[in-house]
Amino acid sequence: MKTFKTCLTSIALSIACATASAGEVEVLHYWTSGGEAAAVNVLKQEMESAGHTWTDFAVAGGGGESAMTVLKSRAISGNPPSAAQIKGLDIQEWGELGFLTSLDDVAAAGNWDSLLPPVVSDVMKYDGHYVAVPVNVHRVNWLWANPEAFKKAGVDIPTTWEEMIASGPKLKAASIIPLAHGGQAWQDATTFEAIALAEGADFYRKAFVEHDEATLKGPTMVKVLTTFKQLRDLIDADSSGRDWNVATSMVINGQAAMQIMGDWAKGEFTAAGKKPGTDYVCVAAPGTAGMFTFNIDSLAMFTQSDDSRAQAQKDLAAMVMDPKFQETFNLNKGSIPARQGMDPTPFDACALASMDDFTLSAEKGTLVPSMAHGMSTSSRVQGAIYDVVTNYFNASDITAEQAAEKLARAVNASL
Amino acid sequence: MVKPQQTLTQQLLRYGLYGILTVAALVYLLPLWVMLLTSLKDVEEIRSGTLLSLPGSINFDAWGKAWSGACTGSTCEGIAPFFVNSFKIVIPAVLISTLIGALNGYVLSLWKFRGSELLFGAMLVGCFIPFQVILLPMARMLATLGLANTTTGLVAVHVTYGVAFTTLFFRNFYVGLPKELIAAARLDGAGFFFIFRRVVLPLSTPIIVVCVIWQFTQIWNDFLFGVVFSGSDTQPVTVALNNLVNTSFGGKEYNVDMAAALMAALPTLLVYVLAGKYFVRGLTAGAVKG
Amino acid sequence: MNPKSLSLPETGTVRPVTLRLQDRLAAQLPKLVLAPTVIVTLVAVYGYMIWTGLLSLTSSRILPVWKFIGTAQYSKLLENDRWGVAVENLIIFGGLFILICLVLGVLMAILLDQKIRAEGVLRTIYLYPMAISFIVTGTAWKWLLNPGLGLQKTIRDWGFESFTFDWLVNPDMVIYCLVIAAVWQSSGFVMALFLAGLRGVDQEMVKAAQLDGASMPMIYRRIILPCLKPVFFSAFVILSHIAIKSFDLVAALTGGGPGYSSDLPATFMYQHAFTRGQMGLGAASAMLMLGGVLAILVPYLYSELRSKKNG
Repeated sequence: MKTFKTCLTSIALSIACATASAGEVEVLHYWTSGGEAAAVNVLKQEMESAGHTWTDFAVAGGGGESAMTVLKSRAISGNPPSAAQIKGLDIQEWGELGFLTSLDDVAAAGNWDSLLPPVVSDVMKYDGHYVAVPVNVHRVNWLWANPEAFKKAGVDIPTTWEEMIASGPKLKAASIIPLAHGGQAWQDATTFEAIALAEGADFYRKAFVEHDEATLKGPTMVKVLTTFKQLRDLIDADSSGRDWNVATSMVINGQAAMQIMGDWAKGEFTAAGKKPGTDYVCVAAPGTAGMFTFNIDSLAMFTQSDDSRAQAQKDLAAMVMDPKFQETFNLNKGSIPARQGMDPTPFDACALASMDDFTLSAEKGTLVPSMAHGMSTSSRVQGAIYDVVTNYFNASDITAEQAAEKLARAVNASL
Repeated sequence: MVKPQQTLTQQLLRYGLYGILTVAALVYLLPLWVMLLTSLKDVEEIRSGTLLSLPGSINFDAWGKAWSGACTGSTCEGIAPFFVNSFKIVIPAVLISTLIGALNGYVLSLWKFRGSELLFGAMLVGCFIPFQVILLPMARMLATLGLANTTTGLVAVHVTYGVAFTTLFFRNFYVGLPKELIAAARLDGAGFFFIFRRVVLPLSTPIIVVCVIWQFTQIWNDFLFGVVFSGSDTQPVTVALNNLVNTSFGGKEYNVDMAAALMAALPTLLVYVLAGKYFVRGLTAGAVKG
Repeated sequence: MNPKSLSLPETGTVRPVTLRLQDRLAAQLPKLVLAPTVIVTLVAVYGYMIWTGLLSLTSSRILPVWKFIGTAQYSKLLENDRWGVAVENLIIFGGLFILICLVLGVLMAILLDQKIRAEGVLRTIYLYPMAISFIVTGTAWKWLLNPGLGLQKTIRDWGFESFTFDWLVNPDMVIYCLVIAAVWQSSGFVMALFLAGLRGVDQEMVKAAQLDGASMPMIYRRIILPCLKPVFFSAFVILSHIAIKSFDLVAALTGGGPGYSSDLPATFMYQHAFTRGQMGLGAASAMLMLGGVLAILVPYLYSELRSKKNG
């Protein structure tokens, strides 16, 4: 990967030039935790030192559910914020409704096309125009393991789902919960998509990107669902409704051996003072080595009626791509920068592995959008898949075959 | 009925009665107790101890942090600033909706006209509409009126959906007032507002108390309207609390969460503790007749 | 305002033959006072209902788009497994919640009405949950009901190893957890309503019955409880509206889980309309909910208005 030092300076210049008129940006987001808030503050300070006013509109809660409600009511009242944290295919939906503004001039000035890998820039574009700016790339298919726990039980960290299921009894015998999991629909879906990915990137894409009916109810899907249900035995009885970070802390304190979760889990390990490689291990989820499920956080830019606000918004977009912000934000969040060619030194082993796999999987064609995090499909198809997956995982009276049938039907109904 | 000479059975019954009531009280207090205990522990103690274990040492750090240091978004000023916002919304909304409710109730009970009953029935439907349904059309309406994301707009929304309740309270109360009183005043030639101010209003204290308590609780506890219709600098305390509690990245400080939650609940709790007596008295005075 | 010539509608006074403008205004005053509320209600209740009704006939996704597709959203809704679960849950939850609140409310009110010494304190304790929303108490409830953290663990730690209370994580039982928390919140209020009702009962009647030698249980059954009929009715209506609107409760306690086994129509509607980009479907579910509300409300209003006219 090449570095683009020249581009960096040109961006810095363009920021400096663009601040002739001061304006206001209002940013609706759900980055409310300590680390995230600190990262957003970097952006805020940069905007303020450029003379703009930053109006912060933070609404916390379950993957931005409340934030989306606010956004919709703001949009319908003709008063959308300058920027809002929207991801994946929902950017397309907002673009289609005509709410988003083109950032092509900022992108051209900042040379985004060469800084962003196509998979990333595709998500940021509607109808060929940049309408959103990426802040990071999360890898979702991680397995977080407590090596101490595995040593105690005398098993190796699993590299296939069969191994994982086989490791269950031994870990249990050492009175360790094999798999830390939170029983919420999105966490169920996160695990489910990792198992599906192990069946190959093509299968994954056919099911979750193309929504091919035959694939959705085919024998491979039945196999995936069967494996998925088997994981239930590895999970403790009280997992229902548990937040993911509580599950992570179970791995941290050795109560549980491993967790399947995106790289945001790293923040919990870091906050607990744990070191990667020694206190905890990050490896690709079983059977998905060299593959990469991505989840990109981004800020979509809404059309503003006021010129000074529009200018401030463009400055904001440029600043989000600024290496300083990308570095701070991603160090705090555990993800990797969306822009390429950053200095890798500040990042830890897990992030570096993530960066390598990102490039590698892009070349091999095993880089896939996350279904569980709204990258591969719109929120309504995603919701339909959630319902079937979480119901199947929790109900005792559905077979894998029935669940596959339901999956195909639900996806079709919501397309 | 306590009689001077109690038999043994009566006395036993009495002990049993107190026993049952006390146990029930403990059950009702349990969640609050858990919150209070947790808010006084430090993070380490919460992780290692059990839910009902007493804190090793009473520690108010979490309260201080929740009040003025915890992060609710990109600012870390605790929930204190949001209390002001909440009061700015709650006070006018309660006063206006109570006043309108009183006038409406007055008309609907003592100045009935053809079709007024029907209007009352139609108004009551407003009590029952699920609030999620009205978010988007209301957003559009507020924007049309130029009230989008303002405190005034939020007050207007609370008044709109509170008036159905306040009207119901006052109407049911006024129906029970002695008709002769009003008839006499009318015969004396007193006007609509004169009777309201001088005759009806002075009798209304019990129902005003009920109404104010009800409205205060509803509006103070509201999250949905608060998050959707407020501006970024006018968010009520429930929204701040949600930002604090529902953030799942980073080490979770349950003691701060609980302290913040208790603080956010304090005004309504105080109202119930201080005015609870009048609440039941007000209900007795007629709010439930019918 | 000139009191001498004031005319009032429906008061039986003889109207003067000529009315001055001022007087006419005065005559219309009650209507004028009511007018703002009526207009606002027309728009903000009925207007929005119609708006939602229309929306439910469109293909709207993340925002309203007025492309009409007939009743397709309704048929989608009726085929949706999750909606079925939500409706079934509402019936179980609503039924139990209302029943338990009424029974507990009456019982506690009667117990509290026995000239108890600490009545004020106890009443406040029973009533306080009404003052707090589940945004505040949600986490505490989640802990209490969670088998690994709360009651089950505590009681097992006390030495009762086999004690099991795992409803929160059991898809078949989780709905009863919602009932527990909801009853905790509302039963005190119902108790207050009944207490108020009990205090309003004519003591002369009770005394007379006592003189006739009737026992207390008999007096309660034959005299006092029948007097409380209107209170039962009010409480029923208030409780059913709480049940139908229940939303915070689910969001705070279970998030609808395990799976979607504790979903209720209000959470279903909100999630589909606002976070899933299924606004048309959400609107359709809202219309069915409104239908359910009206089915309870209309008979109530009918009897309410009729009894008032007769009484």
